[in-house]
Amino acid sequence: MMSTMEDAQPLVQVTGATVRFRSDTALDGVDFRMFAGEVHSLMGENGAGKSTLIKALTGALALDAGEVRLGGEVVRFATPHDAHLAGISTVYQEIDLLPNLTVAENIALGREPRNRVGAIDWAATRRLAHDALAALGLEIDPASVLGTHPLAVQQLVAIARAISTDVKVLVLDEPTSSLDFDEVAELFRVIRELKARGVAILFVSHFLDQVYEICDRITVLRNGRLVGEYLTTELLRIDLVQKMLGRSAAALAERQTFDAPDDDSSVTLSARGVTVLPGIADADVDLVEGEVLGVAGLLGSGRTKLARALTGVDRLEAGIIRIDGQERRLSSPRRALSLGVVYSSENRRTEGLIGELSVLENITLALQAQRGVLRRIRSARQRELAASWVEALDIRPPDLDRPVASLSGGNQQKVLLARLLALSPRVIVLDEPTRGIDVGAKVEIQNLVGELADNGLSVVFISAELEEVLRVGTRVAILQDGRVVDVVPSEGLTTDSLLAMVARSEGDEA
Amino acid sequence: MNAVMKHRLFWPVVVLLALILVNTLSRPSFVSITVQDGRLYGSLIDILRNSAPLMLVALGMTLVIATRGIDLSVGAVMAVSGAVALQIIQDSGDAANPSVLAVAIGAGLLAGLACGLWNGFLIAVLGIQPIIATLVLMLAGRGIALLITRGFITTINSDPYKFMAQGYVVGLPFAFYVSLAAIAIVAVIERRTALGVLTEAVGINPEASRLAGVRARGIIWGAYAASGLLAGFAGLLYSSNIMAADANAAGLYIELDAILAVVLGGTSLAGGTFSLAGTVVGVFTIQTLKSTITFLGVPPAVTPVFMAAVVVLVVLIQSSRFRRWVGRLGGRLSVRSAQPVERTEVAS
Ligand SMILES: Nc1ncnc2c1ncn2[C@@H]1O[C@H](COP(=O)(O)OP(=O)(O)OP(=O)(O)O)[C@@H](O)[C@H]1O
Ligand SMILES: [Mg+2]
Repeated sequence: MMSTMEDAQPLVQVTGATVRFRSDTALDGVDFRMFAGEVHSLMGENGAGKSTLIKALTGALALDAGEVRLGGEVVRFATPHDAHLAGISTVYQEIDLLPNLTVAENIALGREPRNRVGAIDWAATRRLAHDALAALGLEIDPASVLGTHPLAVQQLVAIARAISTDVKVLVLDEPTSSLDFDEVAELFRVIRELKARGVAILFVSHFLDQVYEICDRITVLRNGRLVGEYLTTELLRIDLVQKMLGRSAAALAERQTFDAPDDDSSVTLSARGVTVLPGIADADVDLVEGEVLGVAGLLGSGRTKLARALTGVDRLEAGIIRIDGQERRLSSPRRALSLGVVYSSENRRTEGLIGELSVLENITLALQAQRGVLRRIRSARQRELAASWVEALDIRPPDLDRPVASLSGGNQQKVLLARLLALSPRVIVLDEPTRGIDVGAKVEIQNLVGELADNGLSVVFISAELEEVLRVGTRVAILQDGRVVDVVPSEGLTTDSLLAMVARSEGDEA
Repeated sequence: MNAVMKHRLFWPVVVLLALILVNTLSRPSFVSITVQDGRLYGSLIDILRNSAPLMLVALGMTLVIATRGIDLSVGAVMAVSGAVALQIIQDSGDAANPSVLAVAIGAGLLAGLACGLWNGFLIAVLGIQPIIATLVLMLAGRGIALLITRGFITTINSDPYKFMAQGYVVGLPFAFYVSLAAIAIVAVIERRTALGVLTEAVGINPEASRLAGVRARGIIWGAYAASGLLAGFAGLLYSSNIMAADANAAGLYIELDAILAVVLGGTSLAGGTFSLAGTVVGVFTIQTLKSTITFLGVPPAVTPVFMAAVVVLVVLIQSSRFRRWVGRLGGRLSVRSAQPVERTEVAS
């Protein structure tokens, strides 16, 4: 099958693609092609230029040089909508749906079914949405408002929207970053169906397992340049990582041990009967100084709700929180921050960073807010502080004055961490801190979490990736339907045994 | 050169200079300044003097817009503060008494501040949409002012009070010093403390700011309070200029001029990063435009149309997309060169 592809004409062919942002070259003469009926992966570190290539291919950005051919014809899309009309459907990395419209409206946006008088046919719109959602095995009400759903569901809705038309080329930029195994399995089933129908699918992900499971071919980018195109079956993982990073994978010093804290370490934060409905009910959590508590649970099990409840973001309906043995009312994030309890949201863009402000302003924001309006941190001191964090976390490019929104995903996450760490917190709650982060940066962040714990911080580490939860956490809290059903030491657990615990249904417990 | 053109104030300043140039070409006396009794007179001096109320209001509007809000009530607030001050002076029967004047001015400012606090309360605490919340006072404010003046146009005769808008200090109108002081005070408060950057953070992403521990509510409330206070002062200047408190005419439509000045200055209505210097340039642009209209003798009935046309033109010149479009059109007409590149850039 592969050999026939070699002979066939590529469906998509990009040659010499170059994109510049002011003086930076984000994409430098990249060649790229895709065949009908293949799943193709674009791999590279954060900031390698994957999303930029996708945007150039789909009309969201114009090329400074180079051309795009679709089915042999040179095309120049002025907008993603033009690309869509030509059969290229795209789910961008940053979900670009409208949170205050309903799920059905979002799916049908721009191509709403019309009735005879030309008005929107709502019944048909809902049917369209319902079918699109059903194709992904997603059971949500099409009439519900999109913004009320968790990020993972929004991601699935974006995918449903993309596949609800006749597509020739489907582009998915990190579609699985917030999905759980079941949703990923569903998505892969759909991808295989589309592939069998001859659709060319571009799949970008930092999960190597997923790439190896679904992709036929891999194109690797590094620093905006093409490294090469390979058949998945002929590229060893270790070589892939090497090609992405440009250095040997062995250089990724994975921290082997995440030590459990001493027995006599004191409890920093202890929560009893924490309830915020709907979402989390009667949860008990104890955090010990210097430990990393992993949190594992399925989509909808209340992982994020728990994090928000512990950090003053959501008001508790019931329950008490003690910090160093003292009962505290965390009435606002501000209050929690002042007590040394900080939260990093899974949703970097909407609940984390201030996109248009600079890296410097983002890093110093929380500290400045703590000090109060009047006690402005001197400019020189701000610069010194931000520069030290940029260096410590290896934020790239090390440019303090660049708007944070122009950084790649991994570096944005590091900026957010820097902001929180600048507060010298006692307890740090990380909700999906490695979402959308490349293999290298992921290991760096995991290692950083270990170091923080070594320095006496209590860390709560939430991730949909069980492997990571096990690796980083010394204990793991199992969440089911908004309840902490168990807290177990991670030693001796495997991903499979943890998955079994996480997925165990209510019935089995009885 | 390129760096100069990229500066966010480049186009606002170009527009202002172009407007001054057009005026000078059509009547060279526009830029002439004469000295009489040690005082400067001329169209430019008039612009400095007459722009003072708009300057105060637009500075407040800038802060409000930076928080993603809008304050429609500023004109009505001017009417209220003018009414309060003049009624106190009139009722006292001693219009020259300094302590009466001090009380009147203080009360007028307090009235403005109270209006701003009320707006801020509706928006920051009750969560009402800014456009609706300030509409309340925009409509009710003039009624309140009429109640204060008991339905009349209060007039007074007080030289010290008159001095605020019409007096001169070392050759320049006192009102211009008021403008300068307001600009300096607002700039110092915003940029020497952390208020400016925290306001921008709240305007760009309120939820992320809250999670970072920013007192978003307090900052929004403060912005409306400042806007109210500044509008209050503008109301005093206005009443001092005509020596009357006219509840129906004071500050009429000034909210529109103020919003326009802020936008001309390069601050986005979507909130976030703001430029006080831009607003200052915007205010002078609008005031120059007004004096142009008067000079050209545009009949009052069609003034709004004329104003609108010029504003559309000015806004188009400042739109980078429009400039690119014109450039492309020009390019197509001369040589069929490569298309200029569209680029979505993060605003800096
Ligand atoms: N709007 C922008 N303005 C300036 N620079 C940008 C902009 N968008 C992207 N860049 C830069 O272009 C480079 C490539 O970014 P891109 O988003 O394509 O990376 P990516 O490979 O998709 O990374 P990730 O895995 O983090 O999503 C980065 O160095 C980034 O900082
Ligand atoms: Mg990307």
